Amino acid sequence: MEFINDMQRALQQYGTQYLEGAGNTLLLALVGTIAGCLIGFVVGTVQSIPLPQSKGKRGLMYVVRGLLRIYVEVFRGTPMIVQSVFIYYGAFYLGGGFSSPWSAGILVVSINTGAYMAETVRGGILSIDPGQMEGAKAIGMTHTQAMVNVILPQALRNIVPQIGNNFIINIKDTSVLSVISFADLFFVHKSVSGSLYLYFPSAVITMVIYLTMTLLASFLLRRWEAYLAGDDNYEMVNRPNDTLEQTSGLYRAKTKGEKR
Amino acid sequence: MSQPILQVQNLCKTFGNHRVLKGIDMQVHAGDVVSIIGSSGSGKSTLLRCINLLETPTSGSITFHGEEVTAPGFRQAPYRAKVGMVFQSFYLFDNMTVLENCMVGQVKVLKKDKQAAKQTALELLEQVGMGPYIAARPSQLSGGQKQRVAIARALAMQPEVLLFDEPTSALDPEMVGEVLEVMRTLAKSGMTMLVVTHEMAFARDVSSHVMFLSEGVICEEGTPQELFTNPQQERTREFLSRFMAR
Repeated sequence: MEFINDMQRALQQYGTQYLEGAGNTLLLALVGTIAGCLIGFVVGTVQSIPLPQSKGKRGLMYVVRGLLRIYVEVFRGTPMIVQSVFIYYGAFYLGGGFSSPWSAGILVVSINTGAYMAETVRGGILSIDPGQMEGAKAIGMTHTQAMVNVILPQALRNIVPQIGNNFIINIKDTSVLSVISFADLFFVHKSVSGSLYLYFPSAVITMVIYLTMTLLASFLLRRWEAYLAGDDNYEMVNRPNDTLEQTSGLYRAKTKGEKR
Repeated sequence: MSQPILQVQNLCKTFGNHRVLKGIDMQVHAGDVVSIIGSSGSGKSTLLRCINLLETPTSGSITFHGEEVTAPGFRQAPYRAKVGMVFQSFYLFDNMTVLENCMVGQVKVLKKDKQAAKQTALELLEQVGMGPYIAARPSQLSGGQKQRVAIARALAMQPEVLLFDEPTSALDPEMVGEVLEVMRTLAKSGMTMLVVTHEMAFARDVSSHVMFLSEGVICEEGTPQELFTNPQQERTREFLSRFMAR
């Protein structure tokens, strides 16, 4: 079969490049998503600070909120491929520049993801019952303490599926960074197909690698979600022989050798 | 008479055009158990929420040990730690276990070390009969159990006053008893309490002072004896007859 032979040829000659490209894609997506989440958490949290009483602070808050809003709208409203060339060549034009496509790539993906995550986090915070904040304030927590200890952990649990979504989108969409010569998987595909003239076989290899990465990510994210959801059952303390509790469905018997 | 812990003077609260509180005056001394009764919409809960500054009073004064709490620059968080609140819908922290719910305030607000906080939490949870459930999450508990945890959480802050906002109104009838029992014990131990309630038996038997709120004003107040056996106002009589008939 000619097709199989072609695939073999591409893999034999450029197998390591494919793997390197895949590694670069994964690393960029991972770092970009984590940094984007941090940006998103900060922006989303700042946007949900209640308006202060005093006029000066209130004005400042409006300015900060306005700037964050502009950030979100601009980077959510333009394609990442355009953002890449805008930032990459813009930096050179202004006399600066990037030492490697890596720093440019991470910057673009982080800022882009941050804009989406900001809205997700804001929504996540809004979805938490206001009673949680009241309960926290009633025991003397400040707004920040309540956010950090009570609201954000609950919001995080609700938005994990969305974080996963962004990670998977980033694995795929970092392919646009090949326009600034970032050596991701798609970049490798382009150079391989260019030098061997094996467009279709290389495309198949690239497809399979992308799909493997996204399926793996999807699987791991579901494990993380299940972990955050916590145990369905709990153990009674100091009442090991209460038959009623043990048969209620909530009791969890200790299994031998199980780690706790 | 000694200085009151809490003193409320001419407190008013307006939501838009709706005047909910129209000049409330009251005093709470150490060891008092004050019950606030009245129909729905009479402003009982708003009064408690104003005292705890969850609502900002429109006008009037609230002083805590003589210090004005509505003054600009007054530090609200430490004040709220000393004036505990138990809500109708519990508001336990859903992301924590029962034990953590009772520890987090001690650790983060009072800056106690974890071991001491755990010790206090365990004692209080034992006291409210929730000792065996420390590993449970709020979603796994019944309403009565949640409310008992919420009381333990408030007590863990060692408050000087505890505010109860209809603590049994969201409970199934068979669970009301267990929560009232905890509150009775607390009252006997000398805790200063302010209780908004529809439980007339509790107000009559446990409180040292009863206030009847109607349409944003204190219509009548006095000892439970005075108010329940010999109400002076027509509206109080009407209200009580509706409740006692049940």
